[in-house]
Amino acid sequence: MTETTSAEQFGSSRVKRGLADMMKGGVIMDVVNAEQARIAEDAGAVAVMALERVPADIRSQGGVARMSDPDLIDSIIAEVSIPVMAKARIGHFVEAQVLQALNVDYIDESEVLSPADYVNHIDKWNFTVPFVCGATNLGEALRRITEGAAMIRSKGEAGTGDVSEAMKHIRTIKGEIARLSSLSKDELYVAAKELQAPYELVAEIAATGTLPVVLFVAGGVATPADAAMMMQMGADGVFVGSGIFKSGNPQARANAIVKAVTFYDDPSVIAAVSRGLGEAMVGINVSDLAAPHRLSERGW
Amino acid sequence: MSVGVLALQGDFREHAALLRGLGAEVELVRRPEELDRVNGLVIPGGESSVMDKLARAFGLAEPLRTRIQAGLPVYGTCAGLIMLADTVLDAIRGQESLGGLDIAVRRNAFGSQTASFETDLDVPVLGADPVHAVFIRAPVVETVGPRATALASLADGRCVAVEQGNLLGTSFHPEITGEHRFHEYFLATVTRAGFRG
Repeated sequence: MTETTSAEQFGSSRVKRGLADMMKGGVIMDVVNAEQARIAEDAGAVAVMALERVPADIRSQGGVARMSDPDLIDSIIAEVSIPVMAKARIGHFVEAQVLQALNVDYIDESEVLSPADYVNHIDKWNFTVPFVCGATNLGEALRRITEGAAMIRSKGEAGTGDVSEAMKHIRTIKGEIARLSSLSKDELYVAAKELQAPYELVAEIAATGTLPVVLFVAGGVATPADAAMMMQMGADGVFVGSGIFKSGNPQARANAIVKAVTFYDDPSVIAAVSRGLGEAMVGINVSDLAAPHRLSERGW
Repeated sequence: MSVGVLALQGDFREHAALLRGLGAEVELVRRPEELDRVNGLVIPGGESSVMDKLARAFGLAEPLRTRIQAGLPVYGTCAGLIMLADTVLDAIRGQESLGGLDIAVRRNAFGSQTASFETDLDVPVLGADPVHAVFIRAPVVETVGPRATALASLADGRCVAVEQGNLLGTSFHPEITGEHRFHEYFLATVTRAGFRG
């Protein structure tokens, strides 16, 4: 038995990215109260996202969507022992300061809320708490990582139950990474310019063939088969927002999606867990949404 | 010799890559028939309550308990340490562990993610060079029973690495820092034990 030989270091990239590593192969569920958080934890969520309204309600009720009430976040932190995430508006660094002071485990700088700054995102290096940010393509993901994001989620189109945008975004990101791997060094300089991202980061991804942070999929996942498809596309895990608690039987659906993510490549398991789940969320086709109502176009 | 990595949830790919880099033949384990083929098992970092739930739902928990009692070498990191503990403090409602290590482990002993940290630790069984250890919402071993041996502790004396027979557990994550000595140590145990399911 011997003692520690050096000082403890908090909030390093390794510690921030490491928590996302531990969530891999898991499901992060949106919850709006302690009761839903309890159902999510019992169902096998790796983390919960605490918010006042799920995206489907934000979408139907309209208005400015902001950070949740600290009392709500406190009540959810008190209810569960798995990590609790909460959303800040894009660019709203004071909401992020508040969420860090509330001891949330991860902040989602999220396009689901109304942006607070249409030019700048939050400087995430200034925080001890890690951030996850949305992206629709590789350039956007790399710009967020450059600003300090420790985890990326593809955006999809939140609150629709339509998985097509999630599919488009994961295909885009994976395809752009694969293309980088085929480029020569001189071509990588141009690629970095086109991606509007630092050359060093672009070169690193070309060499490793993967993002330096965990990549989850979000926005429109509503069924076990949706979740498994995202895993087969190479996602590290999934966020399920409105898809669980806007469905007929949240408990059964939450359980089923957790199992489908672990056995994403086994259709017999996905078939078994898909039986008798009751109604899925009603959903909206993304193509029926007028462009100003598409959340994935927020952030740049 | 085949070493399994429990692949229900968590950072199992990091463990698999590290073990392959050390020359081990690695099998990802999600089903009882996959467990039958391995001579040792790593339980990765992740969320212990999720691993417990999935292990029971897919019929792995009981065969795992039987094998651990029969001497299967197992190394658990973070959530894996919790899975191997005889007693889990601050477990979620209904959470069970596999047991095997005569210890009481407290889940998430440091608090929220802002209290997660990295530091250097002395681990005498691995030699003089310190281990760079990453603690992520990590558990600590609050009680080390008479059958278990503490291998490392923090400056404040809290135990964060233990061993008992063919079982090894750490609160921290060598698999994400490039530290390979714990896995080498474990592979030596696997070779020595020669466990056959």
